[in-house]
Amino acid sequence: MNWLKYSAPQTFYPLADTLVPLFAWPAAILTLIGLYIGFFVAPTDATQGEVYRIIFIHVPAAWMSMVIYLAMAFWAALGLIMNTRLSFMMAQALAPTGAMFTFVALWTGAFWGKPTWGTWWAWDARMTSELILLFLYVGYMSLTAAIEDTRRADRAGALLAIVGSINIPIIYFSVKWWNTLHQGASVSLTKSPSMAKTMLLAMLIMTFAFWAYSIAASLMRLRCIVREREKQAQWLNEAKE
Amino acid sequence: MAMNNLLIAIIARDLRLAWRRRSDVLGTLFFFIIVVSLFPLGIGPETALLRTIAPGILWVAALLATMLSLNRLFAADYADGTLEQLAIAPHPLAITALGKIIALWISTGLPLVILAPILGLQFDLPADALLTMTLALLIGTPILATLGAIGAGLTLGLRGGGVLLALLILPLYIPVLIFGAGAVEAVIHGVSPSGHLSLLAAGLILSLAFAPWASAVALRIALD
Amino acid sequence: MDWGTFFDMGGRGFYVWGSYIVTAIVMIGELMLLRNRRRILERHEDE
Repeated sequence: MNWLKYSAPQTFYPLADTLVPLFAWPAAILTLIGLYIGFFVAPTDATQGEVYRIIFIHVPAAWMSMVIYLAMAFWAALGLIMNTRLSFMMAQALAPTGAMFTFVALWTGAFWGKPTWGTWWAWDARMTSELILLFLYVGYMSLTAAIEDTRRADRAGALLAIVGSINIPIIYFSVKWWNTLHQGASVSLTKSPSMAKTMLLAMLIMTFAFWAYSIAASLMRLRCIVREREKQAQWLNEAKE
Repeated sequence: MAMNNLLIAIIARDLRLAWRRRSDVLGTLFFFIIVVSLFPLGIGPETALLRTIAPGILWVAALLATMLSLNRLFAADYADGTLEQLAIAPHPLAITALGKIIALWISTGLPLVILAPILGLQFDLPADALLTMTLALLIGTPILATLGAIGAGLTLGLRGGGVLLALLILPLYIPVLIFGAGAVEAVIHGVSPSGHLSLLAAGLILSLAFAPWASAVALRIALD
Repeated sequence: MDWGTFFDMGGRGFYVWGSYIVTAIVMIGELMLLRNRRRILERHEDE
């Protein structure tokens, strides 16, 4: 089968129509199963009581925020190397969902931190790195929004996403180092409770649920982007006549 | 070698232009001084506290001042069409970018390196801390200039460019800030700063190797 | 567990539900924004 034909936006569009429900339904079902296990099967934690149940969204959201950024950088690199418009559009489609999960990770992290460690925000390595990741997403979306020419916007955003992804490990290690140096007593603020199997299971199921959701949402957004650009191209052509 | 001649020619040209617009350069330096003064005004004059926060303040102010200076890197040449000429010319755009970055650092970064220890005296930093501060900025400010060039290339000619540039570049500056300020803090606590300085040096080598090339890519994306 | 315990979450109900409800709002919000975006496109294409 000639997969390359799907890199043409118009050919891809009907494929997207098929794929969206294929990921949306599992996302919904997995969420229900995951949350059921998380709340009604997983036991009360010895140290944290019931409040630990926030991890069933906190950890999957944090993972997705990172995975989506890497996926963005991947499609960006693919676009720059192979010069396929659809790759750039996919990167742009992923960004808002990634930023959303980053926000969720930060919010749930704060709501978990306050009752457990007494503070809404502690400058620990993981949360601080997550905050910086949010800045990277916002930077990408701001840059692509600020450039009117779509081709330049795509390619500039792509370069930024790639530079950002190279920097992420550097940023993470420097923040980790910064945090261990400045923290007196070593309070591991992001140590999760020792996980009962059911807790781990619920967390994994929610991760897959979020992953399926991300694909469905990004494809929905990609469809909109494809149509918007086609309209723009049409309008420009008519204006020229 | 043709490359070296080209590089020197570009550096010389940009330095000449910077000299003609030396009020811009001085403006950046005064911005640095003002920002540094704002913190004690906002926090209070207690000496011990100021000594603790001094490395962070000096570094953050250096980051901001560098960022302000970045719009001098490509904007003027872009406006009068010189940049396009340089891009079409047969020599590598990366060398052009490197030359302009070096010139920018000499005109803006180097003065910051010299000013900072003087300002550090206002915070009652001890002599060895001041020396480390100078060294750390000496290694770090070129990194800021090279990384900043990528952002300047990406935001070439855009409305709201300065703020957008800040948004893009400041997160990438964070490791430089952490290790640069960390070096000075280490010395204040009686620990050797060699680890931090080595990491900064490694960062400098890496950014000099890759950032001019990435800036050239950014410029081509903006110019095409 | 019974509904009382469920909502109370060991006295930490505010934090647990504060997390879940905001997450739900944000995720459903994203989907609604996407639906609106699509509707605007369809409306323009009909013209």
